[in-house]
Formats: sequence, C-alpha cells, structure tokens
Amino acid sequence: MRPLLTAFGLIAAWEALVWLSGVPPYILPPPSRVAVVLIERFDLLIEQAAWTAAEMVLGLMLGLVLGAALAIVFAASAGWRRWALPLVIVSQAVPVIAVAPLLVLWLGYGMASKVAMAALVIFFPVVSSLYDGLRRTDPGWLELARTMNAPPRAILLHIRLPAALPAFASGARIAAAVAPIGAVIGEWVGASAGLGFLMTQSLARGQTPLAFAALVILCLLGLALYYATDRAARRLVPWQPFQGD
Amino acid sequence: MRSAHIVLDGHVVAENLSLEFPGGKTTCLLGRSGVGKTSLLRHLAGLLPGADAAGPVAYMAQRDLLLPWLGVLDNVLLGYRLRLDAAARRAAEPRARSLIAEVGLGDRMHDLPQSLSGGMRQRAALARTLCEDRQIVLMDEPFGHLDAVTRLDLQDLAARLLRGRTVVMVTHDPLEALRLGHEIRVLSGMPFAVGPVIAPSGDVPRDPGDAGLLALQARLIAELRRGS
Repeated sequence: MRPLLTAFGLIAAWEALVWLSGVPPYILPPPSRVAVVLIERFDLLIEQAAWTAAEMVLGLMLGLVLGAALAIVFAASAGWRRWALPLVIVSQAVPVIAVAPLLVLWLGYGMASKVAMAALVIFFPVVSSLYDGLRRTDPGWLELARTMNAPPRAILLHIRLPAALPAFASGARIAAAVAPIGAVIGEWVGASAGLGFLMTQSLARGQTPLAFAALVILCLLGLALYYATDRAARRLVPWQPFQGD
Repeated sequence: MRSAHIVLDGHVVAENLSLEFPGGKTTCLLGRSGVGKTSLLRHLAGLLPGADAAGPVAYMAQRDLLLPWLGVLDNVLLGYRLRLDAAARRAAEPRARSLIAEVGLGDRMHDLPQSLSGGMRQRAALARTLCEDRQIVLMDEPFGHLDAVTRLDLQDLAARLLRGRTVVMVTHDPLEALRLGHEIRVLSGMPFAVGPVIAPSGDVPRDPGDAGLLALQARLIAELRRGS
C-alpha cells in the first residue's frame, strides 16, 4: 500500500509542477494528459506492447537457455573454459548499444534482431551466476559422491547442478530486470513495431504524451516480467526459503 | 594399511604409519581435536591426494551431507542415483525403506532434510551409509554435534546396524569409543603415533554406566591429556 501512496504523491507533484510552471505538453505532459492518451490510444498501445513483450520474453528465454548451456559446458570441460570463457568476458566489454545497429543490419528490422539484442544483454548475468554456482558446490557433497564411485557427469547432473539452482535463480532475476533494455534499444535503433519504436516515432512528431504513455506500459511490462521470473525462480528452489517472506 | 604418509597442507600428519583393522569388527580411533584423525580417515577413503581407497568403502562424515532438495528416501538411495544405475536403485529401494524404518524415520520417507531435527538428519545419514552396503564403513565423529542423550541412542542404533561390518570410527569422545569399539587405539603426538590396542570386554554397545567402562574412560582421558 505504501509504495502506491508514494507513487500517487509523486504523480500529484508532477501534475502540480506542470500546471504551476506552464511547461508546454510537448516538453513535459501532465500525468492527466498521459492518462487520457493511455485510454484513447489503448488499442495502438496494446498492439505495440504485445510486440515488445514477445521480444522480451523470447529474448529472456533464449538468453537463459544459451547462458545456462554455456555455464554447464564451462563447468564440465576445462578445455572450453580455457578457450571460450575469456571471449565471453570480452563480449561484455563491448557496449551493447554499439552492437545494436549491426544486429539490425544482419537480422533485419523485425523481431529477430531485438530478441538477439535482449538475449545478448542477459546472457552474461546468467552465465556468470550459474557458473559461479556450479563452482561453489559444498566439497563435502563432492567427497561423498567420490566415495560412492559417482562418474563426473552424474555429480554434475545430480549434485552440482541442483546445488547451483539458487545462484541461477539470482541470475534469472537480474536477466528479467535487464531484458527490456535489450529489446527497447533494439527498437530505437531500427524497428517497424514495438513500444520503443512507438516512442521514437511519437517523439519525432511532437506527440510527447503518447511517448509517455508507451513508457508507462513499458514499465508495467518490465515489472510483470520481473515478478513472473521471480515466482518461477522461487519454485525452482523450494528447499531454500527466503528470509523476510 | 601399510607405510602411509599423510600430509595435509604441507604438515606431516603421520609418517610411515601401518595399521591393521580387524575384519567384521569396529575399531575406534580416539584422539583430541586436530591430531589428524579426520586426515587418517580421509586417507583410508581415498579422498586425500596420492591415496587410494582401501577398497569399496561407505563414508559417513561429521556433517550429515544430506542433499536439501531430495527427500529422505532419495537421499538414502543417493549412491545408486549417482552411479546412474536405475535397475540397482529399484532393487535397493525395499532395503532403503526398511533401513529408514529401522532408524525410526519410516513416517518421514519423503520429507526434505530441512524439516528434520539434527538427530533425525544424522539417522538418515546413517541409513544412507548402510544402504551403500559396503563391507568397510568409515565414520568421522558421526554423532559429535548431537546432544548427549540423542548421541547415546544413535550409538545403540549404530552398534546394532553395523554388526558384522569392518568399521573404522574416529572420535574425540572416550565414552563413545568405549561403547562402540571392539578395539580402541589412541592417537597422539605430532605427527601422530598410534597407541596399542585396547580391547574392553563385553559386546557392543556397552552400558555407559558400567563401572569397568568408567574406570577405562578415566584411564583414556588421562592418556589423552598426557599425549598433548
């Protein structure tokens, strides 16, 4: 309840600021105006939001799968770790926004380049969290497994991987929080649909309230994605209750 | 075990050590904390670099090492799961169930370890150790962190279930060694030396109130104190 009240207070302050200062709506639209646009252009907004949501969800899934696969390969094979891990780290030194035009050039204006973009952004937190988790298995469990004559792949599958799931869950949460960044950057650089595309379009035409409305929807999408991922992540590790729940 | 050298983090824990453990009996290695008991046991289990296991062994560590995401039954059957042998696992399941019932967890078959008390968890670990069905069982202060009465209960249970197996148990508790050991050896010194065989009379588990046992306990405590 309290966060809602805080948000309400901030919105009221914003409304008052616009009225008192007399800023024109194409610079800073008052919240009331944004709300009106939200209702009037709801069909358009939902249509674009569905597009962006699909990019975010597909990108998140692709990034989670690729990141998890790579982390497992790194944990299982020293050869891969030596050859490919430095590359993964270098790939993070390249600013994502600089790669975006290239992805659009290669994959086109459609959904594929945005999915790739989102996957690229979230891939690193997923790899590093799961890989860390896979390396931090309780040594007692590993010794127990050795006295049981367990082959390495069984240890990976039945001990190291489940033991790393809490770390993977943290990585997935971060991934869900940053996935919208990838999708929207992709849309800014070059797109034919989506909320980011709608924002650039409406800003160029001086329809600032519409851009704000798109931003509101984008926030809601990001929140929904985060909470959905958070719930799924908790289900993944039912044996680890969270403090403060 | 012959001419073993045990080195831990650059410190020589034991040199040229040869030990014999009687088959089918329980040998308790008694020593103060830090003397190298655990290293000796890990050496026997083949867990130290350069050491081979003394054959197929079942190992029970100080901690219960139950996997928090598996229920009691699955934890007890962990060895079969890890050897990726589904047929053997199915075949071992009835035995696992009866072992769990014997350690008093029959009604907690599928509960996660987090819902069990410390004593219950250690019972589940004991069932897992026995479910491995190995002739040699190595135990590292398995009841060290339990309360006194629970410890006595678990010693009775362990003595009963371990009958006929070759057990090497390390402990710092003279009473525990006297209750469970057919033979007791005292470890002392740095690097440690192993004392002569002490074989108390009577079958295990011995009565903790027995006068002869308490006299022996006083002697062992004196020996442990002197050895440091």
